[in-house]
Amino acid sequence: MRIRAFEILVAAGLVLLFTTAVLLLTGAPPLEAFALLVRGSFGSVSKLARVLTVWVPLTLCACGLIYTFRIGLWNIGVEGQVILGAVGATWALRAGAGHLPPGVLLALAMAAGVLLGAGWSLAAGVLRTRGGVNEIFAGLGLNFVAQGIVLWLIFGPWKRPGVASMSGTVPFPPGLWLPNFSWGRLSPVALGCAVAALALTAWLLGRTRVGLFLRAVGGNPRAAHLLGLPPERYLLLAMALAGGMAGLAGGIQVTAVYHRLIPAISSNYGYLALLVTMLAGFRLGPVAPIALFFAGLNVGSVQLPMALQLDSSLSGVIQGASVLAVLLAHGWDVRRARRQA
Amino acid sequence: MHIVLDDIHKRYGRVHANRGVSLEVRAGTIHGVLGENGAGKSTLMRILAGYTRPTSGRILLDGDEVRWRAPAEAVARGVGMLYQDPMDFLAMTALENYALGRRWVPPRELRRDLEARAAELGFTVHPEMPLERLTVGERQQLELLRLLSLGVRVLILDEPTTGISGVQRETLFAALRCLADEGRSVLLVSHKLEDVEALCDEITVLRQGAVSGRAERPFRTRELLEMMFGEPPAVPRKVGSTPGAPIVSFRNAWATGGRSGLRRCSVTIREGEVVGLAGVEGAGQNVFLRLAAGLNRPYRGAVEVCGAPVRAYRWLRQQGVAFLPAGRLEEGLVRGLTVLDHFALGRSRIPFLDPWRGARDRAEEGIRQYRIRGRPETPVEALSGGNQQRVLLALLPERPRLLLLESPTRGLDLESAHWVWEQLLAHKARGATIVFSSPELDEILMVAERVLVFHDGALVADVAAAETSVAELGSAIAGRAAPPPPSPDVSVTAVETP
Repeated sequence: MRIRAFEILVAAGLVLLFTTAVLLLTGAPPLEAFALLVRGSFGSVSKLARVLTVWVPLTLCACGLIYTFRIGLWNIGVEGQVILGAVGATWALRAGAGHLPPGVLLALAMAAGVLLGAGWSLAAGVLRTRGGVNEIFAGLGLNFVAQGIVLWLIFGPWKRPGVASMSGTVPFPPGLWLPNFSWGRLSPVALGCAVAALALTAWLLGRTRVGLFLRAVGGNPRAAHLLGLPPERYLLLAMALAGGMAGLAGGIQVTAVYHRLIPAISSNYGYLALLVTMLAGFRLGPVAPIALFFAGLNVGSVQLPMALQLDSSLSGVIQGASVLAVLLAHGWDVRRARRQA
Repeated sequence: MHIVLDDIHKRYGRVHANRGVSLEVRAGTIHGVLGENGAGKSTLMRILAGYTRPTSGRILLDGDEVRWRAPAEAVARGVGMLYQDPMDFLAMTALENYALGRRWVPPRELRRDLEARAAELGFTVHPEMPLERLTVGERQQLELLRLLSLGVRVLILDEPTTGISGVQRETLFAALRCLADEGRSVLLVSHKLEDVEALCDEITVLRQGAVSGRAERPFRTRELLEMMFGEPPAVPRKVGSTPGAPIVSFRNAWATGGRSGLRRCSVTIREGEVVGLAGVEGAGQNVFLRLAAGLNRPYRGAVEVCGAPVRAYRWLRQQGVAFLPAGRLEEGLVRGLTVLDHFALGRSRIPFLDPWRGARDRAEEGIRQYRIRGRPETPVEALSGGNQQRVLLALLPERPRLLLLESPTRGLDLESAHWVWEQLLAHKARGATIVFSSPELDEILMVAERVLVFHDGALVADVAAAETSVAELGSAIAGRAAPPPPSPDVSVTAVETP
């Protein structure tokens, strides 16, 4: 799906109109609310650091989703893959604390996150290729299982001494935290991971056989088979890549952001990344800016309740409306073009 | 109804599909629109039927100019079209499809109406059968009845004889004759000379988007061919050879698939043979080809290819076995990928290398050698059907051992078909074995050395092409003749052609 600049303009106009209408209905001053959103996200260096902290997992998940969309899979299970990545990292840190130097242990924790995320994704992939289960249902089911596993771990084997609580496991000692920049709460390693994922994805999809084959299998699995490709292998590869990146996002949430496992460790970033990817027209180019826009909305809306007695879910309204508006504008454009043909 | 098309132009971007076509059809006549693939026949008819809008030009019905905004408007004014790929709903029953495009009528009444109309034209209908279980010919008959019941007085048929049986063709032609005699106008689009010659009162020939000639009964074949192609196409010559060791052998193989599956099939094909598979659509030929290609497995019996029990298709492909599917965009090519991308697929072996490096040269070479009208950057779905077929042929391995081809010239005009066979027979001259299916007996007799005839899932005849005739094959296909079925234990060897 190729979204044209014109469509983006139309969509942006629609979103602005719709959001203004919603704000007017709730009795809030729209201009002030928009100003707060902007100041709350990009108003200062420390706020920018917070936005980028959200941008990292969104970008990682969205990069992974590009692979699965490219081959025609709806990897709804990305949410669960983030969660399992977080579980993997937590497990590695708990098991290795005190035995290994912090640097090595952190690297291992990230690797464990990647592996568990990829494994969880492959489970959905194998259900699809071997069991004939649609990946949407497999992924959705596994998301609930993943959430269950986290709650069980927090209230069971990994519970805090004394009483287990929704605030999660015991925080790790600061020696096992990924270090931050001096100017804000943002980890350079996390930022590097997201940028590396963008670069890797651009290279794999644009310059290698993997990218071409994913497109071929996604476009027509039967033709790809007859042309000598193994479609199942590439389906699983796409799932593993997507799950690995989502798992890395989960690992980063544990090691760089929360420093422990919490029930809402994924913060719904997996689902949000699905919206980012759709808004990007399933192409890699627009992923980074759109993820930044979404991250800005998420961070900027945090202070809305205090300043305007508005719920911070306004960011969700704008994000959802953006996707719908772009799809709508694109649909109009396609219909107009078809009528002219 | 009297139809005039006046100076119709249609441009698709840089492609000029119709260049000032004018055409007149008198009421009560059958008018043929003849031309090779890509001559602009379908475009012109879609314009008349309201499916496509012309870039310029006028359409006059009984002297009134009309401008369609949708096909439904054309149908309301009495102009209906049977498209080459039937536009119907496979998951719905025949009766449900029949009910489309009209106001609600009680199903019982509608069913009586359908059956009465079918009886009038000698059609067979199965009102409660889902469409996916009907043959192309039966679906075509249903669509024809639906258009007639909507009051259509101008009937356009786009390549109606593609994919239907000989009997269905006879029924269809008799029905069209009858409809014309009742005063309706019929436009028959075809690239098959025998169709238009058999049926039409008048013929307009299109070539490269423009009218290249008109003719009235009686037609002279040579003149028509010259209008179509400029010069009559050359017939490819058979290459004789001595068959070698067995390369494909079926031993009492049973399999599902197609309309009737494959039953108790025993046969041996030897290296260097060219074998044609005849039969009505779905009688077992394509199941046979897919078994040999490792795309389907027998549930009983054995299939050996290249001296080993048949393995996965990918393994066979590495042994030099290639399978060409009949559905070009369904199974052969990937929509959205360019010609260049297709050449890049399956060539490089290392996952992280640039697959396009070196592919451009091969793509340009293939485009030149196979005379594909398109560029390396053209997406395959933008190519015409004939050019898609050429891409598929260009993608075949350079030195194949065994070619398994499903209707390799489907939808190609005579000249392109002959040209394709020249390329394929060149593979044979280098030692390849060719097994192909085709709905055209003439084509089978033209290139094959040996013919296997399938009827209702069984191999009913195995004859040397030099010693048989269209009539003999035709009756075997229909299951009328009863030649001794090949015994399950003795493999039948080819008869050498000199």
